[in-house]
Amino acid sequence: MAKITKANSLGEWFDQRLNTTQFNKVMMTEYWIPKDINFLWAMGVLLATTFGILIISGIFLMMYYKPDINLAFDSVNYTIMQEVAFGWLFRHMHGVAASVIFLIIYIHMFTGIYYGSYKQGREMIWISGMLLFMTFSAAGFSGYMLPWGQMSYWAAMVITNLFGGVPVIGDALVVWIRGDFNVADATLTRFFMLHVFLLPITIMGLIGLHFYTLRIPHVNNQSSEEIDYDLEAQKYLSGNKKESKVIPFWPVFISKDLAVLGVFLIFYFYLVFFHYNFAMDPVNFDPADNMVTPAHIYPEWYFLWSYEVLRGFFFDIAGIKAFDIGLAAFGFANVAFLLLPFLDKDPEILPAHKRPMFFIWFWILMADLIVLTVYGKLPPTGANAWVGFYAALAFLIIFAVLPLVTKMDAKKRGK
Amino acid sequence: MRELKILAVVVGLTLVMYWGVEPYAHHEMHPTVTEADFEFKDVDGLNGAKGDATNGAALVQANCTACHSIEVANFPALMSNADNGAAYGVVPPDLSSAGKIYSGDYLAAFIKNPAKAGKVEHKFLDGAVHPMPNYDWMPASDIADMVAYLQTIAPKEMSNKEVFTDACLRCHGIKYADMKGGSMSAQTPAENIKAYMGKTPPDLSQYIRSRGPEFLKTFVNDPQKHLEGTAMPRVGLNEEAQAQVIEYMEDIGDSKKSQREELGPKFLIYMVIFAIFAFLWKNSKWREVH
Repeated sequence: MAKITKANSLGEWFDQRLNTTQFNKVMMTEYWIPKDINFLWAMGVLLATTFGILIISGIFLMMYYKPDINLAFDSVNYTIMQEVAFGWLFRHMHGVAASVIFLIIYIHMFTGIYYGSYKQGREMIWISGMLLFMTFSAAGFSGYMLPWGQMSYWAAMVITNLFGGVPVIGDALVVWIRGDFNVADATLTRFFMLHVFLLPITIMGLIGLHFYTLRIPHVNNQSSEEIDYDLEAQKYLSGNKKESKVIPFWPVFISKDLAVLGVFLIFYFYLVFFHYNFAMDPVNFDPADNMVTPAHIYPEWYFLWSYEVLRGFFFDIAGIKAFDIGLAAFGFANVAFLLLPFLDKDPEILPAHKRPMFFIWFWILMADLIVLTVYGKLPPTGANAWVGFYAALAFLIIFAVLPLVTKMDAKKRGK
Repeated sequence: MRELKILAVVVGLTLVMYWGVEPYAHHEMHPTVTEADFEFKDVDGLNGAKGDATNGAALVQANCTACHSIEVANFPALMSNADNGAAYGVVPPDLSSAGKIYSGDYLAAFIKNPAKAGKVEHKFLDGAVHPMPNYDWMPASDIADMVAYLQTIAPKEMSNKEVFTDACLRCHGIKYADMKGGSMSAQTPAENIKAYMGKTPPDLSQYIRSRGPEFLKTFVNDPQKHLEGTAMPRVGLNEEAQAQVIEYMEDIGDSKKSQREELGPKFLIYMVIFAIFAFLWKNSKWREVH
């Protein structure tokens, strides 16, 4: 054991025991971030903050929520919304944050794609991030079930049904997931457990992993320049701050993050108080009724693109059932982004505007995702069904051609 | 400059997507309907006739009080809600406030032919008849007299809750108004109203959130516009009474609205101050490195 001398301050006392000074350097004041960044680099801190809002508001909601099909709806819409002091505020904050966090996740994700921050050493950042996206999706879906409104029930019905498409074990799998032959009380209670325990704890673990994956390859920058961190850090520490290409996480990087966060929170609280219907679907204020199917069943906006890939294939092709094709495409859509680092065959890290073919590919992907999202909500009839079909087909093709597209760019540069 | 360009792209794409999944999608799923018509132009109502309330009193006593109570005129209900429900399918309304909450033209048209005025003729086919008989054999002047009488006896002021009770509560409950006491559940027993309407009319506690005030405005005025073939009759509320019904639904279903609207700007002002200080701090830190 190290020799302990009398501490002159509380800080020193902890430093002797926990090495806090060194810890602070490693995590904050000498954790180096590139200087050449824009506000898109603040999305991580926005996400961490929004997740914090979700946890805190969720804890308050959990104090009054009752995971029982006979009590759930009224515990949310009467007890929390009308009776508990500021219960409505916590519910609005929770519901809106759950929706807005996906907007930020998508911005964060496409920033990574645009600047090529997923490859050549940064694969684990990307993969841990996509795992976070998947767990957040599961958390969003399980949470949506809890108010036990019409959309909760029917979304649960549709989504759990999908597992029936898994070969051989499908039917048994559906019953296993639901805990009943139907979406019922057992289903609600287990999704409550997933939503308040297993998924949040998994997310926290994955966030830790995601932060750790950044340590070795470092954060990318706007021009994807390769930085000698030791050299640049030396410059910064010796006072040559203006010439150094890096900044410390605390206070320089975080100061920019907080400024962006300020703008984001204005937007977020505006939604919480004045514009929340997009995140708290009016249909879900009708209690769940297994005898009445809503006229239109649609998932929350952030699932619409993959939902449209699922239902885009609405007719049998070559003897394969439409449902099976859709399900396979949906399965692919959910892992497509995870495979990105391995589909990109360009050996260099460059932002999209320096990769002519990839640049076009990126904007086609964005356009296709927006078309899929919009048509994922519209009734799939007439021309809508065909738009959905071609957009879903396009999604598959877009990912299939990525290796070729990236090779062409590399070839042009003579690599 | 570059950051502003990026911001414009991010905001632009977000807005396009938002427009697609919210205003556009909802417009596609719920086509807009014509404005609410509180003059009930389509009905064969009073046609400008002015009735005589004294004559109306005698006519109402002779023709209506066998089934309808009129508490304000000392005609109490003859049977309990349960017996009424079993006898008629639905509890007949007390007529005390009818002259206040319903349009005069609609009342006249309803007395003549209830199913037609309520736009529920499709419910009464194959021998099924509306529990209230048609009075279209009566001279139009007598009907005008009855309407005039009902308008004379009706209270001048009614609370939102009273209007809701008289207009809606015979079929619909609104349980959040009295969660513990249960006094605001539907007056007609569930089994009777289910048999009469074909399905149990929904509890209206959260309809202000699930349907919204704009939808309710046109729906209550004429349910067939949004739900073709629905068993719910057009009830003929005048503009003021319908506004009171919707206000009541908001008082019950969105009881924290005023608190929300009061607190919102304060949160936003706080966030603006936070953002200003955050920007000042950011500028001071980044000045050192640029």
